[in-house]
Amino acid sequence: MSLAGTPQDSQGIAAEAAGCADTPILRERGQREVFCGLTGIIWLHRKIQDAFFLVVGSRTCAHLLQSAAGVMIFAEPRFATAIIEERDLAGLADANEELDRVVTRLIQRRPDIRMLFLVGSCPSEVIKLDLSRAAQRLSERFLPSVRVLSYSGSGIETTFTEGEDACLAALVPEMPTEPGTARSLLVVGALAEVVEDQFIRLFAALGVGPVRFLPSRRASDLPAVGEGTRFLLAQPFLAGTARALEARGARHIPAAFPLGEEGTTAWLRAAAEVWGVSEERFTQATAQGRERARAALANHRKTLDGKSIFFFPDSQLEVPLARFLSRELGMKPIEIGTPYLHRQHLAHELALLPATAKLVEGQHVDRQLDRCREARPDMTVCGLGLANPLEAEGLTTKWSIELVFSPIQGYDQAGDLAGLFARPLVRREKLMV
Amino acid sequence: MQLAVWTYEGPPHVGAMRIATAMQGVHYVLHAPQGDTYADLLFTMIERREKRPPVTWTTFQARDLGGDTAELFMEAARDAYARFKPEAMLVGASCTAELIQDDPGGLAKTLGLPVPVVPLELPAYQRKENWGAAETFYRLVRAFAGSAQTRTPREPARAPRCNILGPTALGFRHRDDVAEITKLLTSMGIEVVVTAPMGATPTDLTRLRDADFNVVLYPEIAQVTAGFLQRHLGQPFTRTVPIGVGATRDFMNEVAELAGLPPPSTDGGGTLRLPWYARSVDSNYLTGKRVFIFGDAAHAIAAARIAHEELGFAVVGLGTYSREFGREIRAAAEKYGVEALISDDYLEVEESIAALQPELVLGTQMERHIAKKLGVPCAVISAPVHVQDYPARYAPQMGFEGANVIFDTWVHPLMMGLEEHLLGMFREDFEFRDGAAPSHLGHAPQPEAPAAPIIAGPASWEHDAEAELRKIPFFVRGKARRNTERFAEERGIAVITVETIYDAKAHFSR
Repeated sequence: MSLAGTPQDSQGIAAEAAGCADTPILRERGQREVFCGLTGIIWLHRKIQDAFFLVVGSRTCAHLLQSAAGVMIFAEPRFATAIIEERDLAGLADANEELDRVVTRLIQRRPDIRMLFLVGSCPSEVIKLDLSRAAQRLSERFLPSVRVLSYSGSGIETTFTEGEDACLAALVPEMPTEPGTARSLLVVGALAEVVEDQFIRLFAALGVGPVRFLPSRRASDLPAVGEGTRFLLAQPFLAGTARALEARGARHIPAAFPLGEEGTTAWLRAAAEVWGVSEERFTQATAQGRERARAALANHRKTLDGKSIFFFPDSQLEVPLARFLSRELGMKPIEIGTPYLHRQHLAHELALLPATAKLVEGQHVDRQLDRCREARPDMTVCGLGLANPLEAEGLTTKWSIELVFSPIQGYDQAGDLAGLFARPLVRREKLMV
Repeated sequence: MQLAVWTYEGPPHVGAMRIATAMQGVHYVLHAPQGDTYADLLFTMIERREKRPPVTWTTFQARDLGGDTAELFMEAARDAYARFKPEAMLVGASCTAELIQDDPGGLAKTLGLPVPVVPLELPAYQRKENWGAAETFYRLVRAFAGSAQTRTPREPARAPRCNILGPTALGFRHRDDVAEITKLLTSMGIEVVVTAPMGATPTDLTRLRDADFNVVLYPEIAQVTAGFLQRHLGQPFTRTVPIGVGATRDFMNEVAELAGLPPPSTDGGGTLRLPWYARSVDSNYLTGKRVFIFGDAAHAIAAARIAHEELGFAVVGLGTYSREFGREIRAAAEKYGVEALISDDYLEVEESIAALQPELVLGTQMERHIAKKLGVPCAVISAPVHVQDYPARYAPQMGFEGANVIFDTWVHPLMMGLEEHLLGMFREDFEFRDGAAPSHLGHAPQPEAPAAPIIAGPASWEHDAEAELRKIPFFVRGKARRNTERFAEERGIAVITVETIYDAKAHFSR
């Protein structure tokens, strides 16, 4: 058993490691029924409140964004698409000049914007439009009022949540340098504000700090990073961001992810150990949260205990979710599909999975549907393209995108997270028609 | 490059999906990168379809671009045939695959599949969804229509026959429109041979030739095909879209003529209620209500006619995102003395609505947003669609029942006639406070109707005049303000006083 942890976390979760860490993984290739990384814009533009996301792409990209956002965003959103047209491709218009024109118009319209992301798409990458150079050029023009950055959210480079990874990785070089080696904690990955605030209180009670978050609520207010920075990943899909932080001297605190009572405790404990927090203080600071989480979960355990569950790949949250559902709610994962499996970041999670669960990386959607129909799980976690067709076949589904959009991390959301899985089953029981 | 916040239409391959999904026995193999599969959820979520759209995506990634994406496509096409056994396949590319130029049509041909394969060339950087749907339908019909023929006159003993062309998946009320129009045609003694693309198989398309003429329900989708069938098989087609009472009557007369039938009875058979409801005294308050209309061309033009002729509204704006039908919409706009707005720029539409200050917006889901933001009532008349546009109940837009549905749908968001008067009469009473919402709509009283749409006029308002303006019920306040400012501007009045308000009122009252 090889766990990629550092010595200080080995007595926690790693000690009881038994499960899936060494099980072989089925790698599939075929049709992938997943979103591209552009979709991350839907939550990132809400999170970073002075940033604007300009996709440089096609009508398809614009259509995806509005379909994924459900068309129903009230204010004028802080994202848009610069749609590449025939004349840009035919060389009748210089794509870079066109982009400058569009960006200038946009910045005039939205003087409140402090940071503009040029987001690369499949077509912009295939025609090799260099957005990082464009960003540099435009930054020179619009600084100090607007900083322009770029990242790729294209489907050929990124799968769904990897768009957030690419966005955060693009922010890392912009973070100010922390002088000296004084220790600070950086929590990485977009979280709902309510969750951030809960974690701030918990870390304060533990005496772990100062605590900063990436992304920050304002792009103009990025946290500092340096040799003393220790970071916890709040999401499992941030491989590129983690590498970029490490390149700036920060060190990763390996841990399970803060889903459920057990995951949250393990995640907090990993940081507490780095800070040398005493067991007594740890217990004191977390006891109330743990108790509340356990009580909230007990309600849902009645519904979920013993139920089988099948995951189609979606957000890379599948492994931590399966761990939470199996260990804290008694569910039985049959297949855990994930678009990409980062063995190192998921080491603590894999160790806790039941050995019977089948791990599948990548996708061949038709074959996976065959397996799902064969297994007839009590619950299937899948994207919106598959959910209604499977419901029509009599399977109970949980649509997975909600798991990315909802606050699910931490003690006080553990019950809500379980509720997201319980509701479809409860509903099926209730309906008499 | 075009800066787009929201789009009215998706890319052309989504139009092709609407055709493939509407039909039976067709499978579409799309060369497209990972992520383009989002389009599946339009059908499974918005339209609540119980089956996945019949589409196989190659979902290539960056690592495939270095290798052989053409082989990937062929494998996907082979597998799709083996798994789904369609009667016919469509093959094509989405925007990104168009750039890598793998030629899905040519590749599919080399596979030697045992079924007809129809290649689609849908230029994603020039065209949009409706064009893609129209082109796909045309390509399919061309492939299956059979050899050209000249029509021989129908034997008088045989009932006239027609096809219904245009209904697709993800269409605005297509399901119910087809049912309503089929019923109408049947009642006229006309037999429907094929309805396509909705519900038709490729084999059904070979029977299109058995009809005497074609009924085009949605010109955006079916006009190209109908034109082809006219040239190829000598079948004439209908030009009137039967939305609204007048248009339905015109449509019936047009159909009767094409079918060689005597003029039909067009009284609606006792279930048509719009004409009487519109004459009922409580509808008096609808008179001259300012409406702004925007949608696809066919629905927008039909809505303008209904608004003007059947409800007594004043059409103050008319527009479409269907550039292909610019001529038609301009002609219609001229009829109502307004300038047509032909744009797919959502922001431009928003600006136009804000400037015109309508009392009712008839638009798409986008205009519903704009109207909500501006605090103006709105009803949806056209795609792009939303899950709400697939009601569980029967709710056609076409035919006489469609006219009934439209009466309800458009009048419902407005303050009811008597209620409007009560608010006017008792506006000092706190229970009838400013900003009270129509009581039947149930939402909490909105705060002061948003000030946003009131654009500062050139003249300034004296304090007392502002106070007087606030005594005017909010639902006519915008109009009063606008009229007063126009009156002031025309007379070079720089400061508006209480007197100016009443001078303007006298001037504009008729």
